[in-house]
Amino acid sequence: MARTAVQLAVDDGQHGGRPGSGNLGDRIFSGTLLILGGMILVVAGLIVLNLAQLAKPLAKEHTLWGFITGIEWNPVEDRFGALTFLYGTLVTSAVAIVVAVPVAIGLALFITQFAPAKLGRALTIPVELLAAIPSVVYGLWGLFVVVPWLRTSLQPWLGKYLGFLPLFSGPPIGLGYLAAGLILAVMILPTVVTVSVEVMRTTPEANREAALALGATKWEAVMMAVIPYSRAGIVGAILLGLGRALGETMAVTMVIGNSAQISASLFAPGYTLPAVIANEFAEATSNVHIAALAGLGLILFGTTFLLNALARVLVNAVQKGPKRATG
Amino acid sequence: MNLHSSFTYRKVVDRSMAVVCAICFALAFIPLLSVLWLVVSKGAAGLSWSLFTEVPKPVGEEGGGIGNALVGTLYMVGLASLIGLPLGIGAGVYLAEKGDGAIGSGVRFMAEVLSGVPSIVIGIVAYALVVIPMGHFSAVAGAVALAIIMIPTLARATEELVRLVPAALREASLALGVPNWKTSLRVILRTALAGIVTACLLSVARAAGETAPLLFTSLNNQYWNLNPAQPTASLTVQIYNYAVSPYDDWHAKAWTAALVLLIVVGLLNIASRVLTRSRLKGAR
Repeated sequence: MARTAVQLAVDDGQHGGRPGSGNLGDRIFSGTLLILGGMILVVAGLIVLNLAQLAKPLAKEHTLWGFITGIEWNPVEDRFGALTFLYGTLVTSAVAIVVAVPVAIGLALFITQFAPAKLGRALTIPVELLAAIPSVVYGLWGLFVVVPWLRTSLQPWLGKYLGFLPLFSGPPIGLGYLAAGLILAVMILPTVVTVSVEVMRTTPEANREAALALGATKWEAVMMAVIPYSRAGIVGAILLGLGRALGETMAVTMVIGNSAQISASLFAPGYTLPAVIANEFAEATSNVHIAALAGLGLILFGTTFLLNALARVLVNAVQKGPKRATG
Repeated sequence: MNLHSSFTYRKVVDRSMAVVCAICFALAFIPLLSVLWLVVSKGAAGLSWSLFTEVPKPVGEEGGGIGNALVGTLYMVGLASLIGLPLGIGAGVYLAEKGDGAIGSGVRFMAEVLSGVPSIVIGIVAYALVVIPMGHFSAVAGAVALAIIMIPTLARATEELVRLVPAALREASLALGVPNWKTSLRVILRTALAGIVTACLLSVARAAGETAPLLFTSLNNQYWNLNPAQPTASLTVQIYNYAVSPYDDWHAKAWTAALVLLIVVGLLNIASRVLTRSRLKGAR
């Protein structure tokens, strides 16, 4: 196939002169590509500009600090504070990270280290499937399967044995932080697994073999060679998962209960940044209300942008190979 | 880890950690099996011909379908592809062919970071870009949101696929006197084509499953609509509305619509997989 492609280009005949940068066709081609690549930067610029513009009316009556730390969210009286939603977003994401990360790292180790090579490759298929399921379908599943299960099984059980902790107190409603956190855990799992597998696979085989040759068991080789080598990348994978959890909208909106309150208990219903945007944006009529929602969007954008940037720096550093000694 | 501890102890630790990792594997797939099984078992009952030919009926009335929502999703994803695919592929080719300098690294990094931006934020951007100037919700606004979501991921995927083309091909072509630009278009891109089509299918599948950016751009519509300037129904928004409603009948419809959505997304994924496989065979 490749050869024919070369041949076709040659058969085409009319090459415009020397192959070099002075060629007119080359200059047009490079220019077009540069414009297309520049579109990525344009898109980034458009996102920031439009969010900022939309959020501008908010600045009249609210300071940034007042907006972030305000508890009251009252569109009727134009009083807006983001704290309740920030809290909900952080709590649900924290639950997701606590649940998903150990499982994801275990699974990534299973795929790269313990399973036979062929099985390991096959196992990435179900992980990709998990990632391919649309979030609204997760929401549907959460609402009609996970929430009832929490209400009748897990929450009463947790309440019975761990109810003395404020975290697991209160009536088992089902809808709430815990439901949202667990569904987020499922949804961020593929991200963390895929990126972890990628960085673990960059460990030089020689490092691992050296450990094994010195008499280490497989697990010890993992701890001595694989983990130290890919540690930064795994942290990056977790940050990417966290970024996804912070911004996930539909599944969370459907199971969090959408109640603007701050509770210590994971059983209580709450509200998150993306959920309030999803619920109120289409119906917001006043400019200030839209501005406040855009302000929430700006917070969300800023946070996920920084997280992703940091995560990418970490992952790319591992994939390029470290300059430091390992192990 | 203590290498002075007894060999048996270290063996036991090793085996048990392998088992723990295997258990993690099992834990991860309970939700996958549960989602798939429930969507199929609960959704299959509602499948019928009229599901695809009718529009939703008000509460209490029997029947009604999601035909307009399915068409709306395909329509908006199609519109989004018209904008998103060329820009995404173009940016990817730029990154692969000219992206080794400082600007290229900046663009690459930005593409990676943008692909992690929550889709609801993109929805707000599309609202500001299209809905406000137009004065009302529309299919075009939804398509713009989906296109913005497609561009960064597609760009990175395209870049990696183009970079897979062996350098020897480029050298052979250049050695034969073919200019750079023609080498890129006719040799490198043609060789990477199957892979790029795969990446496009995956990004279309992802766009078809998006809900959040459509909520306040294309909104919803109870009727058939192919006018780009009008609000348009979509499968995902329809599933959401049905799911959060208090009616059992609508809940059943939500499961059926979810099954239809999974089939659409699944077909796109399978198509991309088949293409990948035939490409790998071709390379051998």
